[in-house]
Amino acid sequence: MSSALDHDASSATGTATRGDASTALELELRHVQKAYPGSRQPAIPDLSLTVPAGEVCILVGPSGSGKTTAMRLINRMIPLTGGDILLGGRSVLERPETELRREIGYVIQQVGLFPHQTVRDNIATVPRLLGWPKDRIEHRVRELLELISLDPDEVGDRYPHQLSGGQRQRVGVARALAADPPLLLMDEPFGAIDPINRASLQDGFLALQERVRKTVVFVTHDIDEAIKMGDRIAILREGGTLAQYATPAEILDHPADAFVADFIGADRALKRLGLASLADVTLRPLNGDQPAGDLPVSTSVRDALAAVLAAGGRPLRVLEPDGGVRGLATLEAIGHVLGGAGELDGTGRPPARGQP
Amino acid sequence: MNPPVLIAAGGGGPIIPNFGGNGHAYACEQANRLFCWGWFSHNWSGTLWPALRQHVVLVLIAVAIGFAISMLLALLAHRFRPVEQPVIAFTSFLYTIPSLALFELLIPVPGLGLSRATAEVALVAYTLLILFRNILAGLRNVPADVLDAARGMGMSHRQMLWRVELPLALPAIIAGLRIATVSTVALATIAALVDNEGLGVPILSGINDYYFKTELIAAGALTVLLAVAADGMLVGVQRLLTPWSRGRAA
Repeated sequence: MSSALDHDASSATGTATRGDASTALELELRHVQKAYPGSRQPAIPDLSLTVPAGEVCILVGPSGSGKTTAMRLINRMIPLTGGDILLGGRSVLERPETELRREIGYVIQQVGLFPHQTVRDNIATVPRLLGWPKDRIEHRVRELLELISLDPDEVGDRYPHQLSGGQRQRVGVARALAADPPLLLMDEPFGAIDPINRASLQDGFLALQERVRKTVVFVTHDIDEAIKMGDRIAILREGGTLAQYATPAEILDHPADAFVADFIGADRALKRLGLASLADVTLRPLNGDQPAGDLPVSTSVRDALAAVLAAGGRPLRVLEPDGGVRGLATLEAIGHVLGGAGELDGTGRPPARGQP
Repeated sequence: MNPPVLIAAGGGGPIIPNFGGNGHAYACEQANRLFCWGWFSHNWSGTLWPALRQHVVLVLIAVAIGFAISMLLALLAHRFRPVEQPVIAFTSFLYTIPSLALFELLIPVPGLGLSRATAEVALVAYTLLILFRNILAGLRNVPADVLDAARGMGMSHRQMLWRVELPLALPAIIAGLRIATVSTVALATIAALVDNEGLGVPILSGINDYYFKTELIAAGALTVLLAVAADGMLVGVQRLLTPWSRGRAA
């Protein structure tokens, strides 16, 4: 699998797919306005935000907050009525719609795979529109199928109706990534998937994003998904105004107002714990105590709290990946995490995944 | 003024030969059995086979022209909604005209008269409603999410039409072609009233023979067989062209 990627990165195709931030572009929404004719209030009165290259920006909010509209303005599926959108410093209005869209990956909730085409042909859609040579397309399709952990020989010639819902969604993501776009738009991509498969698709996407490092705009109505997936979260309120735009940790620690606090929920302390792992906790040294059990250091603090509570409040031993003892997780140690955000890495990413 | 006499007309009317002939050559013919194999095999190569071939040509031309017109109209209506209602109204009107009347009505039209062209105009007219409706329904039934994805990936209108909408409309289009073809096979027998060819000719002749019905039965059976064969072929074509729909739960 990695050999295919290495090969591609060094070949003349120029479609680097590994942690190469140069393939991602910064996205800037500048005083974006969308008004529909015949309605008194604009769907989006004035929205400005910048997504740094290679980061995942979540648009989240209740229905009527214009989150999907905002996303669809970016690839001009809906025409702008005011302001501008810049991708890599260049206005999206400058270029023909079709050319722009071929450069922006697009994933929707219902996936929209072409039912009359095999998985292979579906993924090859944009490269074909761009007129890539046949062998380059074939190579790229293989590589993408491996990237989303599907066997090209087994799945490549199937039709969408022969796949599971989760597989379809992964193929949808692969299709969006096919031409190595600098920006990926995702509209509730996992919204129609059952909770267990959704979690694994989310993890899969985060692992993928570790490698491809695209700029991603991700729409969801689920605040837990937003906290899990986002480098930054833009919380929109009804009427299409931005309530807060910040990292998940900042939003949980310092909600901008009552609307945000209410939207993220009363259990925001617990959600905050979910963003940290035991590696972020100042553990108590093991002074001959009798621990009630062991936890790997990669455990999220939220899960660790649950484990300690399940052990009747008795401390648990925290183990390094090599088996060494790191210390004791106690209720007090865990409580300190919420005391000061400074103790955390502040990136808002659950450190349990990816970080070496 | 005399109404045009179509059947068994002498002189200027269409010549509809009585293939049964008067020389009742076979025993079964003389005994007037329901079906006379001797007569059948004797008249196969000279009468029935050419009639069958003419019939196929009549149907092919009618369905091909009808399909071309319907496809054009359906694409227009798909792009511009207001086109749909007038087309439906007009083709429905055509469809409701009794076929006997339509063939007759077309005879006085300059340039048509008693000819294959007259037959084709009428046959084409009857295919339009079915084909137009089916093609348009096929194009409209393409799922919205598929179209959204196609547009979002940067397909132009033309690319969406050729790569997504038409292929996905194929099952509905072919379903329309099947109905249109089978009904045209049947209807083309009546075309013998204005155009002296096709399986309608021996059928009319058989009708006119009060006693001997082999000719009628043979030509009628050939018509049915032709319809079944054409339908079967179209099913095969659909299976070939839409491999994705095989083994798929409807």
